[in-house]
Amino acid sequence: MAVHHIEGKAKRGREALALPMAVYAALFVGLSLLYIIGLSFLNRGEGFSASPPVTADNYLRIISPLYLRSLLLSLRLAALTALFCLLLGYPFAYFLAKARPKARAWLLMLLIVPFWTNALIRIYGWKILFSASGPVNSALLSLGLIGRPLKLLYTDFAVLVGMIYAMIPFMVLPVYSSVERMDWAMVEASRDLGASPLKAFLTVTVPMTLPGVLAGLVLTFIPSVGLFFLSDLLGGSNTMLWGNMVHNELLKSRDLPFAAALSVVLLTLTGLVILIYRRMGGKAESMVFLGRRFIFETQ
Amino acid sequence: MSDRPVLLSLRGLRKTFDTQEAVSGLDLEVFAGEFLTLLGPSGCGKTTTLRIIAGLEMPSAGSVLLDGQDITALAPEKRAVNTVFQNYALFPHMNVAKNIAYGLRMRGAGKEEIARKTAEMLELVQLTGYGKRMPGQLSGGQRQRVAIARSLILSPRILLLDEPLGALDLQLRRQMQVELKRMQQKLGITFIYITHDQEEALLMSDRVALMRGGRFVQVGTPLELYEHPQTAFAASFIGETNLIAGRAAAVKEGEVLLDIAGFSLPCESFDWITPGEELLLCVRAQRMHLSTEPVNAPCRLKGELVENHYAGGERTSLVRLPDGQTVRVRHSTENDAGLAPGSEVFCWWNMPSGVLVRDDREEGQ
Repeated sequence: MAVHHIEGKAKRGREALALPMAVYAALFVGLSLLYIIGLSFLNRGEGFSASPPVTADNYLRIISPLYLRSLLLSLRLAALTALFCLLLGYPFAYFLAKARPKARAWLLMLLIVPFWTNALIRIYGWKILFSASGPVNSALLSLGLIGRPLKLLYTDFAVLVGMIYAMIPFMVLPVYSSVERMDWAMVEASRDLGASPLKAFLTVTVPMTLPGVLAGLVLTFIPSVGLFFLSDLLGGSNTMLWGNMVHNELLKSRDLPFAAALSVVLLTLTGLVILIYRRMGGKAESMVFLGRRFIFETQ
Repeated sequence: MSDRPVLLSLRGLRKTFDTQEAVSGLDLEVFAGEFLTLLGPSGCGKTTTLRIIAGLEMPSAGSVLLDGQDITALAPEKRAVNTVFQNYALFPHMNVAKNIAYGLRMRGAGKEEIARKTAEMLELVQLTGYGKRMPGQLSGGQRQRVAIARSLILSPRILLLDEPLGALDLQLRRQMQVELKRMQQKLGITFIYITHDQEEALLMSDRVALMRGGRFVQVGTPLELYEHPQTAFAASFIGETNLIAGRAAAVKEGEVLLDIAGFSLPCESFDWITPGEELLLCVRAQRMHLSTEPVNAPCRLKGELVENHYAGGERTSLVRLPDGQTVRVRHSTENDAGLAPGSEVFCWWNMPSGVLVRDDREEGQ
């Protein structure tokens, strides 16, 4: 009885520790989310405001070729980003997990240090690299591979490269942790049973590291759908991604309810992706685990 | 056993990891159809030896011959040798049937053949009906059986087993020991088996290769190892053994007179013994006898009974000799009344039960 009492008290104590964060989340995530959803069903008011009556017009407006095209463009770019992150990130993560501890620490640093630098500064770095007289073009010119500078900047290619660059750690880290937790005796067993190194990789290593791959795909895809400043800075003026639409409606057209509706659509989409991920057996803990690695492994 | 053809030969095998030598010069012939056990304490190099045979490790020197063919550099997937791994290494994302069929699928076998052989294997290991289960849903013993079935489906020339029963509880272990031995005899496949359990080694093997510090200490039948240990390490690693220190006082033809605590004991001689040499006399605790009366036996020591541990049908008694050495005697509790601590007793044994060895216990650790 007494023990029960103490345990109950301790439990309440622990719950109290979570209270500040819960309040924070309720205020700044929960409430503002509700606010945005509410806004999206209102009319545009005087200036930068919203006013009744309640309407679904904002959503009906979205159903148009212009927005549909932008949505498809955003999804395609996000999918390409996730795909290239996988193709480039998996081998790196695999190598990282198999490297000696010292080399591993250095490689992880290389991956994570850029993250501690301001994102805009890094993007301007790309701008310089890709510019007509930038290092890439001068190198290609002096090698005689091209006759005149290529147009690299303000293209879809530049946006994709920037996106891959920004997102790749989110692929590498979950894949790395699942490769690192692999029991290599499984691979030895498959070799022992007649599998070539490639077959062993495809039939054992890939399926066993699939949780990391799934987490990586979700972690790279979701932010990519909504990212707008990369296409603003590296893309051409005709690249209108979903994020740019929200940005424009909010800051240029100053149509608050419509920007809210666009945001809600994006939110629903990413929610769906997470739902699918959970259905496929993905775990929320993988993300928590990832966060922990991110902080501790680089120290 | 040696009338059978040689299946596998290890020649001058060495393996160095960084600066550590795991295997330091192994030569061994394994005969077709035999059950050979690599026995030794942990870190003696037995797993490394097995991995070299499997092709999972490249030796630093020496060669491996299978059927007279040098396979030292052959990839593991190209060897007619399969392994049962220590923790089974079942593929967690495949069900039991898929695990068992894996080897055949890698060989590109047909659907019909895969289905038939998988069913056969499931029956062999008594897991018929378990094909659809996932490894995570099986008990340790069942996983063990799946691992065995998975490596037997390719009908290997040699099956390598790395402490396959290590993770099982004692009762299941005993049962699996008998089952594995039966399976091996039925299939006629050569088994190379790793264990650190000497009882298991004696029970299951045709021959035992006792290892220490990357070398073979003694290779022989269980009987040879138990009855004729060649070194003190071999004697002490197997069975409950007395190693009594003495000096070879006189060496006659075929006989040595060993001086232990002032007693002169006749022992069987070996040609390597030199007069005056310090030796150890190995006598198993079960081969020692105890009596309160002076027995008329040439191999007899007198001492004081100091400890007396009752264990049901058997009793372990410790006898202190005048020079302070202790002798351990394992004897039946039938008619052992009167053997009380403090009393003067005689320990005796039959001359063939005593084997002289040199002390190598500190070497090669």
